[in-house]
Amino acid sequence: MTIALVLIIAVVGVLAGIAAGYWLPPHGRRPAARSSDAQSVRRILLPFSGEAISRRSLEAAVRLARAENAIIMPAFLARVPMNLPLETALPVQCARGMPLLEAIEQRVSSQGIPVDSRVGRGRSARDALRKLLDQEHFDRIIVSADEDPRAGLGYDDLKWMLERVPAEILILRTAPEDTRRISANAVSGHF
Amino acid sequence: MSQDPTAPEVPLAITAPADRRRGRLKVFLGMAAGVGKTFRMLLEGRAEQEAGHDVVIGLLETHGRAETARAAEGLETLPRLRVTYRHTVLEEMDLRAILSRAPELCLIDELAHTNAPGSEHSKRYEDVEQILAAGIDVLSTLNVQHLESLNDHITELSGIRVRETIPDAILGRAEEVVLIDITPEALLERLRSGQVYPAERIDAALNNFFKIENLAALREVALRQVAEEVGAKRLTTELVGSREESLAAEAPHAVGERLLALVEPYPGAQRLVRRAWRSAQRLGADLDLLWVRPPGRALSEDEDRSLSALRQLSAVLGARMLEEESDDIAAAVVETASRRGTTYILIGRSRPARGLARLRVPLPQRLMELLPGVDVRIVADRSGRPNGERP
Repeated sequence: MTIALVLIIAVVGVLAGIAAGYWLPPHGRRPAARSSDAQSVRRILLPFSGEAISRRSLEAAVRLARAENAIIMPAFLARVPMNLPLETALPVQCARGMPLLEAIEQRVSSQGIPVDSRVGRGRSARDALRKLLDQEHFDRIIVSADEDPRAGLGYDDLKWMLERVPAEILILRTAPEDTRRISANAVSGHF
Repeated sequence: MSQDPTAPEVPLAITAPADRRRGRLKVFLGMAAGVGKTFRMLLEGRAEQEAGHDVVIGLLETHGRAETARAAEGLETLPRLRVTYRHTVLEEMDLRAILSRAPELCLIDELAHTNAPGSEHSKRYEDVEQILAAGIDVLSTLNVQHLESLNDHITELSGIRVRETIPDAILGRAEEVVLIDITPEALLERLRSGQVYPAERIDAALNNFFKIENLAALREVALRQVAEEVGAKRLTTELVGSREESLAAEAPHAVGERLLALVEPYPGAQRLVRRAWRSAQRLGADLDLLWVRPPGRALSEDEDRSLSALRQLSAVLGARMLEEESDDIAAAVVETASRRGTTYILIGRSRPARGLARLRVPLPQRLMELLPGVDVRIVADRSGRPNGERP
């Protein structure tokens, strides 16, 4: 009798569990991997505004993220011309920036590092970065010192970051002969 | 400011009598000056006159083009109103004269024009509205960059902002929109040969607005705009539900692709949005993003940040972010897709089902059953795919 009762209770429990799994809305079943504890996971920002980024910078970000159990946050900084409202859509710049963002995400996540992209916009790359930093906290920022001002953040911007940004800043100056860069061409598959 | 004292006094707050129909508006739309909108308008005006209708030119801007002036010959042209503003005499369309003359059809160039300060209406399209209300048909012209909703987009494409804009609804209310289309190469040839601007303005025009890449982009926008107008009118007539319209309702929607991407506030959703946006770009379609939010569930800090990032991405891309509260994702998607006229749905890969949930019909399959005729695409996560070492 006791064994039968235990069996019945066990069966009812299992069925109740399965039924709960069925009836709960899909929203309730979020995998644990998606929710991260904001306090324990370090956030590494990798801002860019040009059409390519230094491969050395990306590799450094990946190494650091792996060592620190951090999440890499590539951020495309879009520049809104002065004659347009700040909230305007920027399809032309996005046509250049989105494939690169995709390429970075693919490269980072294929190495097992979590990635969470951002898009910032402002009147200049620095302004876009400032707005992004106002909205969110980042533990570390990795930027490459690039002599080509078209690539995005110039020396003045780096100086501004060092003076004003409350985060660790890693500035990488690659060797002149190291011209390897990640561009939209690195996107895997149809994009 | 002063006005011609001899102008006939016509009450400006004219309202059409109940039995008088509203005039019909036909707009000749082009990608830029010089494509031949005014010329075409004049040709149609002449044809109407030859068919026995009473046609007048309310306002014509020939810009010194002999070809255009010749096309206007034989058509009655109403004199312009002379307006003095800050010691300068400006010439504007004489609204009162048109209403007093009351032709069957009035030709009015440059619909987006801003009237001189002190005029009855600040914009010419407001004059046209009044003329239409008086039962007079109107033919008019417009360049696509003057449309309010496209102004920012075109400024980004061309680098030049056009100050005179008109609400899109004005074009939407036109009974007919005719696209006057020529290739950018042909337009540049016309410009160089002096058919568009006088000789002294040609170089400046070529160096500024009239670049081949600008014109190509504007042409694309103009073509798409007209296609969307056609699509919108079909939708409107379907809603009206009269006899001919039921035929249109049965016909497939030939234009106006609209994509809907289903998102959730988590980092991977951005990848889906980017892919959806690229697809929308290729299809020349609009993109909506939909998050079906479970009623009453509070967001975690991470989700809140992801949602902000999604909204920001959506705004930069020019997509529209929609949020619906529902426990039934499929029902919310169906409702939204029907309301928005979605033709294409993109969803990310579902999480593995557990327990009896495995017996449920998967969301993509449910959507295909509930939304016949709508494409459903599952967007893969390519992060696990081997990445070639390409520079």
